[in-house]
Amino acid sequence: MNLPAILAIYKFEMARWGRTLLQSLVSPVIATSLYFVVFGAAIGSRINEIDGVPYGAFIVPGLIMLNLLTQSVANASFGIYFPRFTGTIYEQLSAPLSPFEIVAGYVGAAATKSIILGALILATATLFVELRIDHPVWMVFFLVLTAITFSLLGFVIGLWAEGFEQLQLVPLLIITPLTFLGGTFYSLSVLPPVWQTISLLNPVVYLVSAFRWSFFSTADVSVEISLAMIALFLVLCLGAVWWVFKTGYRLKS
Amino acid sequence: MSPPQDQPQTSPHASPRRAALPQRATIAATHDADHFHQGPVEDYKSGFQALKAIDLEIDKGEIFALLGPNGAGKTTLISIICGIVTPSAGTVTVDGHDIIDDYRATRAMIGLVPQELTADMFESVWATVSHSRGLFGKWPDPARIEKVLKDLALWDKKDSKLITLSGGMKRRVLIAKALSHEPQILFLDEPTAGVDVELRNEMWGLVKHLRDSGVTIILTTHYIQEAEDMADRIGVINNGELILVEDKRALMHKLGKKQLTLELHEAIETIPSSLEQHQLVLAKDGSELVYTYDSQGQRTGITHLLTDLADAGIRFRDINTSQSSLEEIFVDLVRRDQ
Repeated sequence: MNLPAILAIYKFEMARWGRTLLQSLVSPVIATSLYFVVFGAAIGSRINEIDGVPYGAFIVPGLIMLNLLTQSVANASFGIYFPRFTGTIYEQLSAPLSPFEIVAGYVGAAATKSIILGALILATATLFVELRIDHPVWMVFFLVLTAITFSLLGFVIGLWAEGFEQLQLVPLLIITPLTFLGGTFYSLSVLPPVWQTISLLNPVVYLVSAFRWSFFSTADVSVEISLAMIALFLVLCLGAVWWVFKTGYRLKS
Repeated sequence: MSPPQDQPQTSPHASPRRAALPQRATIAATHDADHFHQGPVEDYKSGFQALKAIDLEIDKGEIFALLGPNGAGKTTLISIICGIVTPSAGTVTVDGHDIIDDYRATRAMIGLVPQELTADMFESVWATVSHSRGLFGKWPDPARIEKVLKDLALWDKKDSKLITLSGGMKRRVLIAKALSHEPQILFLDEPTAGVDVELRNEMWGLVKHLRDSGVTIILTTHYIQEAEDMADRIGVINNGELILVEDKRALMHKLGKKQLTLELHEAIETIPSSLEQHQLVLAKDGSELVYTYDSQGQRTGITHLLTDLADAGIRFRDINTSQSSLEEIFVDLVRRDQ
């Protein structure tokens, strides 16, 4: 195990993040605070409780998940795409690094950034709404697992993308819409039955549902099914990363 | 492709430069880029064979210069050895370790200075060089990084961001990155491209110093004069094929032509038939006679020529000899290969 290399990549990525805190940390926290102000305080006060949870508090897990997913993908994809873009990837390819070590460095850093952001948004939320966390251990578990899974997805996107436009394509056109339609701002039970069924095709539904359960013990989908779906998604992302390194796709000629 | 070969071990009592194995890079690789790829690493059209059969052995502590025209396959060969390009066939061993089966051992030994000035533009010199050391499995060693930066006259730039540095400075940073993990083998792919004369001289001083400390240097360069000055052995690669590997002195001795130029008192229009056997060439509007001879031969024929010239009544006022440079040998070799 090349531990110095994993730490070198991790520290390098965290240092890069440290230089762009305004964009990577402050900006999403301010944006989420605006959601709390608008949906929590302004509109939320006119919306009934959902499953016994005030609307302002109800949207907190979904908003954390929204940021967690988008930032995990953005951080990890940019982290590996940038050295490809500048050409410095030659160093990673010529270093005594196994694919696992490269992934551990990049994905570990991207997941760490997202987890810090998620914790910060959670702390910010307590300034606006009264929160309770029924299952704190599970909450942390889902937070970490989701951050890792979507950082892996971001890593694959960063390897696949051939330009900055493609890098933005998946987060903007797939992740964000799926998150908004994945029960971030509503419970699936308010949808007509047919849309409830269609929503179950959206993987984000399971993430939001499980995460919300860890807060309020209420879920759209059973926690066991959510857990299985998250595990399945993790395995799919790991498989994609494994395939990329096995074939050298977009990495080696 | 050449089959993998067991390389004989050189005796430790042999000449110092070729001794003290087992660090010995044996290269026998082919690369057949059979798929289209467009990216920052390589870009080959489908089916294009970038490298043909290559069978090359590099000894510890030597400076080996790989020469070849643009697109000959120099960078591809280096990229294969360093792990950036996957060979479609063949084997490459470094110090007895296969570059694929035992990549950790081989890559840890190698430092690479790429041709392109690729750098983490927004990082400081210190951060990027320290990062390279970590990537190659070495724990942080500020004293080592300080030494490398001082050796390359980068110490006063250690906190500068790479984007603010000149091209020559960036080239030094790439070398510092390659040296940060104390490699035993250093690949320098066109290290002096875009570098001013002063820095070039400093760089070669450093390369000689590294060689003296036992580091094996493999370099490609377009400045053939540099190869002539620096290298112990020369390899010429053309159209993906290694057409020659030779000790530099032996190469210049073997393939180098020597010429004797006679500056005549009076210009002549034609060479007298009595001098035909010497295959002289008239130059400078008949004011010079040029005689090409084999310096290795038992008889150069010079005495005979001078006698015949005197008999023919041709007088000359000056005489000089010249030997063909490595550049001329290289151009001749590549032309012959085509």
